[in-house]
Amino acid sequence: MSSQTPLQTPLYEQHLLAGGKMVDFAGWSMPVNYGSQIEEHLAVRTTAGMFDVSHMTVIDVTGEGAKPFLQRLLANDVDKLVLYGALYSAMLNQHGGVIDDLIVYQMPTGYRCVVNASTRDKVLAWFNQHAKSDTKYSNVQYVEQDLAMIAIQGPLALSKLSEIEAIAGIDALKPFSALMHNDWLIGRTGYTGEDGVEIILPGDQSVHLWARLVAIGVLPAGLGARDTLRLEAGLNLYGQDLDEETSPLASNIGWTIAWQPQQRVFIGREAIEPQRGKCPMKLTGLMMRDKGILRHGQKVITQAGAGVITSGTYSPTLEYSIALARIPKAASGKCQVDIRGKLKTVDIVKPPFVRNGKILVA
Amino acid sequence: MSDFPAEVKYLPTHEWARLEEDGSVTVGISDHAQNALGDVVYVELPEQDQQISAGDEAGVVESVKAASDIYSPVSGTVAAINPALEDEPEKVNQDPFGEGWFFRVEPNDIGELEDMLDAEAYQEACEEEDH
Repeated sequence: MSSQTPLQTPLYEQHLLAGGKMVDFAGWSMPVNYGSQIEEHLAVRTTAGMFDVSHMTVIDVTGEGAKPFLQRLLANDVDKLVLYGALYSAMLNQHGGVIDDLIVYQMPTGYRCVVNASTRDKVLAWFNQHAKSDTKYSNVQYVEQDLAMIAIQGPLALSKLSEIEAIAGIDALKPFSALMHNDWLIGRTGYTGEDGVEIILPGDQSVHLWARLVAIGVLPAGLGARDTLRLEAGLNLYGQDLDEETSPLASNIGWTIAWQPQQRVFIGREAIEPQRGKCPMKLTGLMMRDKGILRHGQKVITQAGAGVITSGTYSPTLEYSIALARIPKAASGKCQVDIRGKLKTVDIVKPPFVRNGKILVA
Repeated sequence: MSDFPAEVKYLPTHEWARLEEDGSVTVGISDHAQNALGDVVYVELPEQDQQISAGDEAGVVESVKAASDIYSPVSGTVAAINPALEDEPEKVNQDPFGEGWFFRVEPNDIGELEDMLDAEAYQEACEEEDH
């Protein structure tokens, strides 16, 4: 993939206009920042910012077998969904490792899955493999959609959007639910720990919407700020905090697994059910008041055994470093992290670190 | 567009070195490097009076995004470190060739500076790296 020319979203020219520093990300040319990642981060925490997330893969799943198909492939249960509801779920392999984490919307004609750009190929391959596994899925259709996606996030996100577009019902929209506004699917979802929406819409319309939001002062924010915001919010990143080798129970997303009804045999259930309540590892937070930055891959030493940092960064809100780490379940209080051969003392804390502009760790 | 001032010399690893009037050599990272790193949030510097050799790791600069090793362009004794970076690492972004300097070396052999790239050669190296 790296040898190919990176793909461009419909907003590519807008990024260049805004001074975006473009980097290759999962086969796409995306803005990592437009100058200062920290400013972009703080804009989302205090006012509003927006992200082009059109690189994410939108797959519509339809046909009579769509529901049992997703009930087999997803660890969460799409039976919980009402029309235009959104559900977060892991997709597991037979060994209980995580193939992807995704959002599923209930649509009038089926389901819309939003999956990671980095996992697109293997998710589609997984769909192909399992659609053939049982005749009851024979009429399932899953079609990748050529759509753009803009996430508007921050305490002023909804009021800013309403300044430029009258959207019936937007103020009453509950978290993890969506509405249709002409061609736009607007979900009250996000990846920042702030209020906001994610809008899935046709590419040509996305350019106009983006330009109108820029004109009223919504700050474009890049992948860099997206990463520090999600980490402060304690949200996992696929490929770092979640992977095919690790159980979802060791990744702090046990709450997204629908164990009931017992007879729903989703892929991976047999592998992870025996670990239920007994998983020896947990994914939790670390924070370091001392100078230095915690990073992915650094070794963690606790009184209950060793662990590893899965994601680490500088927190612009807290002004010191934070991390997610996979450590023994029994570990608590303080532990140590090996940073380039020096042991630094850090605090074990339960994420999120920051939500809705408020610091939640002391 | 990054600045490539001609009065300093460069390493391909993006450090710059300037021979001062008192014979010491000041070291920092280039404008191109700070641009690529983004917001700098932490700088780990060598110890005062530490002996270092050309090519040795002499510190680490961390942006929000990534950590990057700093190599010393010359051998000698660390004569000074920039105390301002402790609390204001953002100076590396704001003024990479001025207030954002890292450390100063009392060099054993200023001939080592001759092994470094001039501004033109360094700029070419950066352009190649970007493509």
